[in-house]
Amino acid sequence: MSALPGLVRADVGSQDSLGALLDDALVMHKSSVALIEASRHREASRWTYLEVRRAASRVARALQDAGIGADDRVAICMSNQPFWLIVATACFVRGAVVVPLDFKLTAPEQQALLRHSGARLLVTEYGLYRRASDPWGVEVWVSEAPEGAEGVRRLEDLPDGPEPTRVSRARTDLATVVYSSGTGGTPKGCMLSHGAYLSQLDALLSVFPMAPGDRYFSILPTNHAIDFMCGFVGAFVCGATVVHQRTLRPEMLRATLQRYAITHMAVVPLVLEAFARTLDERLDALPDWKRVALDTVIRANAAATARGPRHGVSKRLLKPIHDAFGGELRLIFCGGAPTDRRLAERFYELGIPVVIGYGLTEACTVATVNRLTPFRADSVGCAVDGVEVRIAEPDASGVGQVLVRGPTLMDGYLDAPELTAETLIDGWLQTGDLGWLDASDHLHLVGRAKNMIVTPGGKNVYPEDIEALLSDIPVGALVIYASSYLFPGEGLEYGELIAVVQPEDDAPTWQAALTQRNRRLPDFKRLSGVLVWDEEWPLTASMKVKRGVLADRIRTAHTRADVRALEAR
Amino acid sequence: MTTLERLTQLATDRFGPAASDMPANADLFEHLGIDSLQALDLLTDLEDAFDVEIPDYEVQGVHTLEGLAALIEARL
Repeated sequence: MSALPGLVRADVGSQDSLGALLDDALVMHKSSVALIEASRHREASRWTYLEVRRAASRVARALQDAGIGADDRVAICMSNQPFWLIVATACFVRGAVVVPLDFKLTAPEQQALLRHSGARLLVTEYGLYRRASDPWGVEVWVSEAPEGAEGVRRLEDLPDGPEPTRVSRARTDLATVVYSSGTGGTPKGCMLSHGAYLSQLDALLSVFPMAPGDRYFSILPTNHAIDFMCGFVGAFVCGATVVHQRTLRPEMLRATLQRYAITHMAVVPLVLEAFARTLDERLDALPDWKRVALDTVIRANAAATARGPRHGVSKRLLKPIHDAFGGELRLIFCGGAPTDRRLAERFYELGIPVVIGYGLTEACTVATVNRLTPFRADSVGCAVDGVEVRIAEPDASGVGQVLVRGPTLMDGYLDAPELTAETLIDGWLQTGDLGWLDASDHLHLVGRAKNMIVTPGGKNVYPEDIEALLSDIPVGALVIYASSYLFPGEGLEYGELIAVVQPEDDAPTWQAALTQRNRRLPDFKRLSGVLVWDEEWPLTASMKVKRGVLADRIRTAHTRADVRALEAR
Repeated sequence: MTTLERLTQLATDRFGPAASDMPANADLFEHLGIDSLQALDLLTDLEDAFDVEIPDYEVQGVHTLEGLAALIEARL
């Protein structure tokens, strides 16, 4: 990558591994602030790049002493906090493979993925460690454990020692195993190489560079591809400061935005919606004349930023609004789930650009992204440099499955050759998403070819996994579909799950039972609606419902409007 | 005042009288008709009152006042 004039950042193109790149960055930016952990009422910690390097060296030395080196897997299960990045850096320095685990999963779910990954070591937090009733089965290092805690090694106690041996890796070597779905079915451990990350980084930083002095707010879990890239590797390479906070409570996020004058952050649509709600409450409270005046200024800002963002102009024109977000917020990356176009446009009108892209763990982070010159929110953008996107077998309106190819793709799923063969065909990733490309090669998503949902919180959910939780509902049959699979093109509400049921005459209480049970499901597994299917249910020889055939029949007979809303609360 | 009593008071302050006679083992969400974000608001109140910090992830799966009380007492 050729560095942009005036920018000082580690050279992605000249490195072969994340370990070498991060090491280079930590030295280059040594006196800048790398990490801040914000807690509610105080600053929990602050680290310069030099301090991060020293801490990472201590961890790397301990890894070396524990015999961990090239290709050994180390799982990290932590909330958003400095040790996540420090330990990952240490692993890469040692040539080890990082296995990021979602700290929001239950302990048994985490343990299942840990076993599947073959990790030799788990690094976690004491609070997360204690949640497990069964032994973790591997050596465990933890942060924040009380002194003398049994069965674990405290990260805070790792001694200073001689510099660790840095293990060089090639671009083709494995960097991470990232699970793209948490629970149920075959674990999908995406094997991503150093080259995939370096290619992705090169493409992203050429479009959205950060610089020393920028402050990135890390609230998405760092096991999430977006935060791993923007709130860890990308930020470090650019010498920006990463601000951590271990909560998604909107009130606390707003306080930190202001306290640290955050410049960049990545959110899931759920958080963006929470920000918008607060904004609306404030605007609604304005007297009419002020609202009219504000609308005039918003129109002036829209005209001034028609060709691209002008943060300085927007900040002056709409100072009270920008001040509510800390005054320096220049860019919000929104991903993990489909973003409402109107929401993104609303923020852009206020001078806070929301970048919408499209990505999958299988493709590292993003495959397509909207540039900001000019701003667009009507699509998920065009392919990033080096990545190809095409539509397989498009129908008359150009819609077909989205395929992705390029250097950012995973090598395959860990220990799942059949799944890999189904997903990577002739180098093309079968995304399972339905979409079409417009004349300017911008991708538009319309639904899913696979029966799964991505929640507004960015979680992949497979409906089949939820059916087991509803097996005692007194109905003849119950099948759950993602609404975007059942009714593609009728809105991109990836987060919606619909139950299709076959009632039994002698059990009219099924509706109450389903409603009650639905309330007890975790948010991301909760059903939005129910559809009664009184016609014949297509069954296999082993009496299982033929989901695809049933879905086809339902599509012929019904639309999304026929689905009855299910009371969730 | 026990932890549970203080907790019930805080829930009542935030969500109204419906919380005052809520059994300790009742489902918070069902009994009060609240969602997960509102529950996080209550968590912030608890943190203030008991001077503890509780990670968001620790309340996942906690649906009752007695569950919340146990969570707090483990940190006092």
